[in-house]
This record gives sequence, structure tokens and C-alpha cells, in this order.
Amino acid sequence: MTTATETPKTSVSLAERLRVPGAFLLGAVLLLGVAPLALSDFRLSLLAKYLCYAIVAVGVSLAWGRGGLMVLGQGVFFGLGGYAMAMHLKLADAADTGQKLPDFMQLYGTSDALPWWWKPFANPAFALAMTVLLPMAVAAVLGFLVFRRRVKGAYFAILSQALAAALSIWLVGQQATTGGTNGLTDIQGFFGYSLDDPVNQRMVYFVIAAVLLLLMALARQLFVSRYGELLVAVRDSEERVRFLGYDPANIKLVAYVVAAGMAGLAGALFVPAVGIISPALIGIVPSIGFVIGAAVGGRASLVGAVLGAIAVAWAQSTLSDEFPAAWTYLQGLLFVLAVGFLPGGLASLGAVLRRRRTSKAPAAKEPVAMTVGETA
Amino acid sequence: MTVVLNQTFTGISIGAVLLLIALGLTLTFGQMGVINMAHGEFIMAGAYTTYVLQKSISSAGVSLLVALPLAFLVAGAMGALLEWLLIRRLYTRPLDTLLVTWGVSLMLQQLARDIFGAPNVQTAAPDLLTGNISVGGVTFANNRLFILGLALLCVLGLTLVLRFTSLGRRIRAVVQNRDLAEVSGIATGQVDRITFFIGSGLAGVAGVALTLVGPIGPTMGTNYIVDAFLVVVVGGIGQLRGAVITAFALGVLQSVLEYSTTVSVAKVVVLVAIVAFLQWRPQGLYTLRTRSLA
Repeated sequence: MTTATETPKTSVSLAERLRVPGAFLLGAVLLLGVAPLALSDFRLSLLAKYLCYAIVAVGVSLAWGRGGLMVLGQGVFFGLGGYAMAMHLKLADAADTGQKLPDFMQLYGTSDALPWWWKPFANPAFALAMTVLLPMAVAAVLGFLVFRRRVKGAYFAILSQALAAALSIWLVGQQATTGGTNGLTDIQGFFGYSLDDPVNQRMVYFVIAAVLLLLMALARQLFVSRYGELLVAVRDSEERVRFLGYDPANIKLVAYVVAAGMAGLAGALFVPAVGIISPALIGIVPSIGFVIGAAVGGRASLVGAVLGAIAVAWAQSTLSDEFPAAWTYLQGLLFVLAVGFLPGGLASLGAVLRRRRTSKAPAAKEPVAMTVGETA
Repeated sequence: MTVVLNQTFTGISIGAVLLLIALGLTLTFGQMGVINMAHGEFIMAGAYTTYVLQKSISSAGVSLLVALPLAFLVAGAMGALLEWLLIRRLYTRPLDTLLVTWGVSLMLQQLARDIFGAPNVQTAAPDLLTGNISVGGVTFANNRLFILGLALLCVLGLTLVLRFTSLGRRIRAVVQNRDLAEVSGIATGQVDRITFFIGSGLAGVAGVALTLVGPIGPTMGTNYIVDAFLVVVVGGIGQLRGAVITAFALGVLQSVLEYSTTVSVAKVVVLVAIVAFLQWRPQGLYTLRTRSLA
């Protein structure tokens, strides 16, 4: 909220003016300088995976935090991007070893010809473009249909969730051409570089970190632009925006499509970082996971959402191995407490505590005004 | 022709299961706009109630009959507790309840894992429900018929309560206009809790029915919950007849598509059909006409 409601002041202190670029610079130094020096190869590749989730969280922060769109189907876009990338890498791997078909197709396949919709993905430029354009196109079609008819709130949340379920079920069903439950695994190379080489794994990390920083800068520009103000206005009072002469459907559509593109890119980068994309990574549960990270950190705050996504992913992979049962309870409790009692997420914790201390009177306003016009 | 009839019956029995689950949701979702993701775990609670009863009573028939009301009470109590602890604090943020209740559902699943173990368990069906009835080449499985009957009984019971009792009048009043109901002297908080009790209890009954057609496991609820929500969305929020028609229509559509294509393609086609349907009727099949803008 603080960033979007800023109005240009005549006298802004130097510290205030340097706050955002300074924070950005600090993030860049941490991600591109400190982390690669301090972390082992193994830890760094884990961090690369968490950063992919953070990229999704940037989009979630835009669509949900700012636009109030409960995007419960980000797994679909993550998956489309991931599969587009993995299909290209599998084809490249097969070409390297002189095979006509990717390994899993030889195993399950019924024909020895490549399916027609696999063929264009042999072209790296096409595959790369598709990792972003395909999710955006799907989001544009669904968003156009849904927002135009003013389907919103809970209806939208459930539809986007059903989309995630449908895609993962469909992928499982088409085992011969999509690898089924296993997904696309065992990816060897990344545009000519072997992924077994730790140096190349580090290179992938740098690409991911750079993309995250770039997208955060882009999202920040969107947040403070006129469009960002309109988006918040749509979230808080859609009817009023409509009466002012804007079309809320278009405003929401842009946020949804941009968020989808970001999730697609995250999925594409996830594949070289982790070496797998499968239906289990894009279904209903991981799709809620994408939102949860942002919710815990602070959905409307860009930094909060990103840090939240990284922290939840870290906790998930660290604690779930050692204490699987305890972690599930803790995870559930974390969501209940963070979403139920701290709607602004951990990013708002400071402000909430400060207000508690300064006045014993009950808080006049929630830290983030959520879904006022959506009670339907 | 027999094939068509067989598939239609399969579809209707899928629809009956969906209907049992969606009935509770139309109440809770319709009244409070609350998306209760833990609804699936109330189904699980009902199913495990049946399992525990059968362990202690041993006669499958008796335990099933006892399980029906008991599961209603168990799941209902869990629902009322959830409403009292969490959901009533989140009225102004209905979408957030989705994430909160999802956290609850994670904890409940783990609880089931800790108590009953992670592997699925099974209950024995009473002898009466294991056979088939054949009419003119069409086979009706007895357990499916039982579920269909149970679903229709629940619809009938709920309709009677909503239409003819003072509790039903209060529930309908709150669904139609919460503020007006409140200024008219209805204790909306109390009505909410009772609604949640009934809605969650129906999930427990659905859980008992599901033990007849599948295994009981910690994640059994999640398999049904999204489909059930779609039934509510298409039927129209808070509309019983919408839910009934939609549940059976989706069930038959699903079963016919599964027969002519594959399970996975059927799921996708059903979803596309739903998005297309919402173009025509964005508020669902039946809508509550109000003067609200949203």
C-alpha cells in the first residue's frame, strides 16, 4: 500500500529517494555476489529452485496482492512454461545422442514418429518464446471470457483451481507424449551446456537470479504507474472504477496475463535448475503453494511476497525431510495464523506492532484493505 | 441402447456422490461466501467414523446404519468448531478463508495419518449392498442405488428444513440479505454456526457413502472437493435445485465423455464446458435476484 499511494512530493528527503534503488541494489549484491560465494554448489542449486518460486510470487503479488484476483491456478502457467522448455531440452538431448525420439517416448510410445505438436519445439527460439507466450495466451483467453462476464471472487478462484486440476490430469493421461505421472525427467543439457557440470549449474543460478531481479523491477514500475493505481482501485472498489469510465475487465486481464507470463518464465527456468517437470509440480496443491508463500510474506508487498515464497520453499524442503509430520502441522498452522490474523503478511508485522505500541485503541483500519467489493 | 443406459446410470451415480458433497457446500458457500477447503476432510472424518464403528460393531449392516447419524454429528461438530474458531473472524475477507481452511485441511490430513496410518483402509459393505439388480440388460449396482437414494433423501430432508421450519426461514433470510436479517432480529452468528454444522454434517454423510465405493484414506477428500465446488458454481450459489441439476448433469456428461474418450480428456472437456456455460450464465444456473451491484 505504501508504494502505490505515494504522491509526488515537492521535497523528498535523499534517504527516501534512495530507499527503493538502495534496496534493489542490496538485493542484487546479496543474490549475485554474496550467495554464490557463500553457498556450496548443492545449496546454490536449491536456492535457484526457491528463486523460481519467488518469480511466480512476483506475479502473484501483482494479480492477487494488487488486483485482488485469487490466482489459484498459477501451476498451469508454471507447467506450460516448464513443459515448453523441457520439450525443447529433451529433443536437444535426443539429437545429441543421435536418437530420433526422446527416451521416454521410445519406452511408452506407440509410434516412432514425433507427434506434430512436439516438432516446432526443436527450434530453440520458438521454444523459448513459447515458455512465456503460451501461458500468456491461455491466461488471455480464460481471463477475457471470465472477466468480461464479471465472474469474480470465489467463482474465479475455483475456476482457476479447476484449470490446474484439469491440466495435471490431462498430462498424466497422455503418457505416450507427455511422460505421464513421471513428467519430463533426466534432462542432460541446457542449450549446449551440460547440466552435470557444477559450473553450468552456477550459470543457471545467475540467469534465474537476474531474471528475478529484472521482473521485480518491472513489477515495481507497474505498481507505481497509473495502471498500478487503477489495479488497486479495482481491487478495493470495482464498481466505482466502472462508474468512473474504466473497464475493470481489461485492467484485471493485464494483471492476470502478466502474472501468467511470469509464472511461465519461472517454470521454464525451473527445468534446468531442477532437471524435471511433472504433473505433481503443477496441480492443485503446488498451485496453492505458489499463493501461500506470497500470503505469508505479504501479498501486496513485492519484497514481502518474494521473501515469503523463498522462506516457505526453504522450510518445505529443509523441515519436511527431517520432521515430515511436525512440518505438516507447522505448515497448516503457519497458513492459518499468517492469513487469518496477519492479512498483510509478515511484511506488515512491523507496522502492526508499531501501531499496537503507539495506541492501545483498536486499529482503525486493516493493514491491507482486502476484497471489499467482493463479498457478492 | 443398453450401453447408453448403463453409462447414464454410471453418470447418475457419479452425480449422486457429487450431489452429497456439494449439498453441504451450497449451504456454507451460499450463506457466507466461505470457500471451505476443509470440507473434504469432513468427508474423510465421516468415512473414518464408519471404519472405526465397523471395527467395534463388526456387523457391516448395523455399523453402516449407526454410522450415518454419527458421522453427521462428528463432521458437523468439527465444522461448527471450525466456524467458531476461525471462519467467523474472516467474514469481511471471504477469499482468505480458502487459504486458512486449506491450512486446516493440511493439519486434519496429518492428524488422520497419525491416528490411522498413511495407507488406505477398507470397510466391508453389508451383503445386501454388494449385489446387482438387472433390469432389461441394464445393471444397477446395489451400493450405487443406495448412494443415489441417500443423496435424494438428503436433498428432501434439507428442502423440508429450509422451506418449512423457522430455522430454515432464518437461514434463507441470512443468505438473501445478511444485514436486513440482522436488523430484523435474527442472530446471524448463531444461524451461521448451525448452517455450518448442517453443511459439514452432510459432508460426513457423504463420507459414509464413499466407503461403499472406494478406499478410505487421509487424502480422499481432496479428490472430490474441486468437482464439488464446480457443481456449486454452476448451480448457483445457495441454490439447492441448481446443485441437484448440475450434479447429475456433470456426472452424466463426465461418464459419457469417459466412455467415448478417456478420463483425462473428459476432465478437460467438462471444464471447458463449464467456462462456456458461465459465459451464458455467469451467476450459475439459478440466481438469487438481489439489488446488490456485485
